[in-house]
Amino acid sequence: MGKTLTEKILGRKAGRDVKAGEVVTADPDIVLSHDNSAAIIQEFRKLGLARVRHPERIVIILDHIVPAADERYAQNHKSIREFVEEQGIAAFFDINFGICHQVLPEQGFALPGRLILGSDSHTPSYGAFGVLAAGIGRTETACIWATGETWLRVPETVKIELHGRFGPAVYAKDLALKIIGDNGADMANYKAVEYAGPSAPDLSIGSRLTLCNLSAEMGAKNGYFNPDEKALAWLAGRARGTFEPLTSDPDASYSSLLSYNLSALEPQVACPHTVDNVKPVSAVAGRRIHQILIGTCTNGRLEDLEVAASILRGKKVHAKVRVLIVPASWEVYRQALRTGAMSDLAEAGCVILNSGCGPCLGAHEGVLAAGEVCLSTTNRNFRGRMGHRDSEIYLVSPATAAASALTAEITDPRGYI
Amino acid sequence: MSMGKVWKYGDDVNTDVIFPGKYTYQIMTPEEMARHALEDLDPGFAAAVKPGDIIVAGRNFGCGSSREQAVACLKAAGVASVIARSFARIYFRNAINLGLAVVECPGAVDALETGDQAEVDLAAGEVRSSKGIFRFIPMPESVRELIEAGGLIEYTKRNLGTGG
Repeated sequence: MGKTLTEKILGRKAGRDVKAGEVVTADPDIVLSHDNSAAIIQEFRKLGLARVRHPERIVIILDHIVPAADERYAQNHKSIREFVEEQGIAAFFDINFGICHQVLPEQGFALPGRLILGSDSHTPSYGAFGVLAAGIGRTETACIWATGETWLRVPETVKIELHGRFGPAVYAKDLALKIIGDNGADMANYKAVEYAGPSAPDLSIGSRLTLCNLSAEMGAKNGYFNPDEKALAWLAGRARGTFEPLTSDPDASYSSLLSYNLSALEPQVACPHTVDNVKPVSAVAGRRIHQILIGTCTNGRLEDLEVAASILRGKKVHAKVRVLIVPASWEVYRQALRTGAMSDLAEAGCVILNSGCGPCLGAHEGVLAAGEVCLSTTNRNFRGRMGHRDSEIYLVSPATAAASALTAEITDPRGYI
Repeated sequence: MSMGKVWKYGDDVNTDVIFPGKYTYQIMTPEEMARHALEDLDPGFAAAVKPGDIIVAGRNFGCGSSREQAVACLKAAGVASVIARSFARIYFRNAINLGLAVVECPGAVDALETGDQAEVDLAAGEVRSSKGIFRFIPMPESVRELIEAGGLIEYTKRNLGTGG
């Protein structure tokens, strides 16, 4: 019987053949943390050690509340900068790089065949490059800083086969929402999700990042694409260190198999207050909205901003709606300046924010008041996430968000592309 | 061990309603965290919860963020255990790492309602309650040791030999 990519990566770490259900001790190649490093440092100090075990495996990217919104956040950032200096952690990215899930691949750490653990639930994003990437908590991160290792259960795998081609104004975001809506927010709890099938190689790296990012909303431990030439080409010139890609065997064993025809999809929306409350956009078209958020780690890459810009170019955002743009990274921000997408968005009346997590978690920049409705390209619409508990969040693609910016109501983007 | 009051909730109780994201990057004391426990799910909970109380919920408890305060705030509020039909993966891991007893016991979830009395015996694999006794598969000894040590920090200190 063959093995999945996940079984192979954990097997290589364990130094033996492993299969789903086993528990292994593994040393992650990279351990990611962000602003929560301040809390992790506090936990690490409790362990009574002077030094972290492997400073070269630690990556810290400030992104959640950047630049600092108040004195407490400023103090957190300061304590992280001091710790990085003290421990000789070279891979530290301050507030001018962007969101960790975009910056970590851009900086060449997300390499095929690697094991990456991160103290953020959307760590599975790096599966876009054939990485086994999973989220963990702060205490566990502190203990890995100390010991270099942790235990992991080898997950079963849900295989999702992709067929056909996206129609106009339909994207990876619509596919991810459709999958979650059909199968529930715990469809892959404790499991891996493999995106495969004849159409998988057609998907852009940005689309793969979106799907792997949203695997977290399926409950998955990790989501991934088998690394191919497209992934390797994207990493060329970025990769830090050597790597050995692994891929699933054709006769690997899966716990379940799903199949989606991209050609049959229409634009989707996740309605309040769960990511699996999904309907076609056409079913809720006309719903009045007050704020739109385009970007972040889910949908803030160049291709996303270009789609939004193509819809808004030469037009004006409706006076009754505020549109916030959050590029996934400063690399993306600069690219979008060069291509003109950013000026198109600014000319249309969008508010361009720093690259960071910002309004997605309701900490600063665009917090919602009671009764307000936000249309967002992010990954969570839980009650109160972006502000008041009586506000509402609808999740959509950048195209749906941009079309809706012209009307101040949820609008089907077909006809605008 | 004495029984605690049951607080019953539904499916997909997520980390944003257990502990809102807007507080996540503020470093708080356990007492401050406890005041925000379940703030956006049950605004009356934090003021009324008593040490030893038990949360009972449906599927996928703790889905969403990896924020550990969603465990810490319940522990700080005195919650002795969370009994659910299932837990989201990172929440389950965080709970064990912070020493909060989390138990998958669908029988107890079906039977118990808010206001019932219950307690959890991890070693015996039993939920004992005013509605009867419900069994679950006991956790492996190593995981029980971790919970009983008070969580991963204490456990790791013991293994590193840096404990006081």
